[in-house]
Amino acid sequence: MAKDEKNIKAEEVEKDTKAILEEKTEKQSALLDRAGVDALEAMEYSEKTKKAIAKLSEKEIAMANEKGMSLEAYAVAKKQGTLGYRLKRSSWSYGMIAPYFILFFFFTVLPVIMSIVLSFTYFNMLEFPTWVGWRNYIKLFLEDDVFMVALKNTLIFAVITGPISYFLCLLFAWIINEFKGWTRAFLTLIFYAPSICGNAYLVWNLILTGDRYGYLNGILLKLGVVNEAVAWLKTEKFILPCLIVVQLWLSLGTGFLSFIAGLQTVDKSLYEAAALDGVKNRWQELWYVTLPAMKPQLMFGAVMQITQSFAVADISIQLAGNPSVNYAGATVVTHLLDYGSTRFEMGYASAIATVLFLLMIGTNKLVQKILRRVGE
Amino acid sequence: MAEQPKKKKIKRGKQKQLNRSMAGNALLFALMIFCGIFMVLPLVMIVNNCLKPLDELYQFPPKIFVRNPTLENFSDLFVLMNDSWVPFSRYILNTIIITVGGMVGHVVLASMAAYPLAKHKFPGKNVLFSMVVLSMMFSWTVTQIPQYLIISWLGINNTYLALVLPAWSFGMGLYLMKQFMEQLPDSLMESARLDGADEMTIFWRIVMPNVKPAWLTLAIFQFQQMWANTGSLFLRDEQLKPLQFALQQITAGGVARAGAAAAVTFIIAAVPITFFIICQKNVLETMTTSGMKD
Repeated sequence: MAKDEKNIKAEEVEKDTKAILEEKTEKQSALLDRAGVDALEAMEYSEKTKKAIAKLSEKEIAMANEKGMSLEAYAVAKKQGTLGYRLKRSSWSYGMIAPYFILFFFFTVLPVIMSIVLSFTYFNMLEFPTWVGWRNYIKLFLEDDVFMVALKNTLIFAVITGPISYFLCLLFAWIINEFKGWTRAFLTLIFYAPSICGNAYLVWNLILTGDRYGYLNGILLKLGVVNEAVAWLKTEKFILPCLIVVQLWLSLGTGFLSFIAGLQTVDKSLYEAAALDGVKNRWQELWYVTLPAMKPQLMFGAVMQITQSFAVADISIQLAGNPSVNYAGATVVTHLLDYGSTRFEMGYASAIATVLFLLMIGTNKLVQKILRRVGE
Repeated sequence: MAEQPKKKKIKRGKQKQLNRSMAGNALLFALMIFCGIFMVLPLVMIVNNCLKPLDELYQFPPKIFVRNPTLENFSDLFVLMNDSWVPFSRYILNTIIITVGGMVGHVVLASMAAYPLAKHKFPGKNVLFSMVVLSMMFSWTVTQIPQYLIISWLGINNTYLALVLPAWSFGMGLYLMKQFMEQLPDSLMESARLDGADEMTIFWRIVMPNVKPAWLTLAIFQFQQMWANTGSLFLRDEQLKPLQFALQQITAGGVARAGAAAAVTFIIAAVPITFFIICQKNVLETMTTSGMKD
């Protein structure tokens, strides 16, 4: 009896297996194939491991024993630690980054390196550059008074507009995120408008015009705040504050849009969980849930903000002129443009660019350090 | 952010619904309206200016709003377009090639490079990534000259490639995409890998759909940048120049063309705005459909 039952069962199993094998879908066969390949790989692997163990030196065996590792584990770890193995394992990664990085090397890395090298030369774009060593840098810091003014202006500018712009971007992106549907799309467009309209800041020329027909002067005269029209962009002490205001107005650009997109990717279930955990209002929600969840975007926004705040030039040139009255609107980049595209001293301009580059790298290091603490 | 504590106080007491109070909403709404008026100013002026007849354009002191709207400026512009030496459709074709080529290529290449940088481990990864971030901090005014030399050396000067290829390798796109991809949970890719998908399939089928807000945003940035490019540094042939160049030539015509120039300003702004709205609407739509996270 028992034997019969066993036989019947065995037959049934065989039948089932056959049925399964016959009915196997494409996917199953793919899975089986893969399992087969895996098994083969595993066998090959163990062979290789044996060989690798045989190759271990006495010293290495002693070390493995000391750490309490099995010899297999040690051999595998040793193999996977080698650069060659890691390179081979990463062929997909390299394949995928290759097209971008080849172009990046030619059109960005090489030009930057060439510029840094040029900063040690005298180069007027007609003759072949001549090597002058540190002379450009010495001249920049010891002899060039305008550069010092420009550096000071840039630092004031960056310290004020950088953080404020950054918070404005975040604040507005976050508020807009509270709206739904078309209101939201419309608000995004309105706040991004200054950045998308090209030379939109020229509007400020009308507002800040120095005679009494300028909008700002008109309003102030009417209110009796000032007695006569103020030449906002031609008076030394007003130039920098005016530029700062315009820059703040322009600041909802790259960072703002990336924050808007970042807020989209925050997992909605996090908010429900946080509400259960006792997060009471939207400010707490912002600090404990939203900001930590979008840290990568915050880092990105910070870098964009730094590059924008330190490289400000266009609005200064368009509104205050280059050179501006007593260099009150001069920034490092207007100074650079002055040498690069007006006087054709590319070596000197490159030295200015290199100094600015180092300044930005330093600031970026600092800001990234601060940002790591968000939400703690 | 100074008003933070004050707002908290207002809201305490009625927090029964999900973290939102009426007072908070009202305050935010008021703030948005106030700032919105300032921000929308250039848009309002551009639209009004292009509808102004010549005498209103030269009115002094200038008024923001148009009184006798007319489409004369646009008809003037079309007359000028028909007079141009190279047919205008050619400029439009050039712009489409340069803008779309530069945008699509950049979004694809930068995303493809960003995926391994965000989710794989391989030697050299950190060095490559910091190179990209640092490159954004070097003043492009200076690198333009070496870039010009390299483009001449590669022999692509005076072709579309001189504008499109450098655009494909801008640093910002890669950085943006990498930051968004970093947020994706690893389990998403792991399950696909177990199903036997290769990395390229995972990238197209799983990673890209999940970071749609990111690449739509990147597309907006890149479109704007490529659209604004006049190409005057690299393109010598009139046949290859983009619309932006031709339009700026028209505005350079001086006083007599002020009307046409206002129409040009409108067109130059309207195209990226249209593109922006299309993309932005899709960014918004993803909000309702994406539930893929764990």
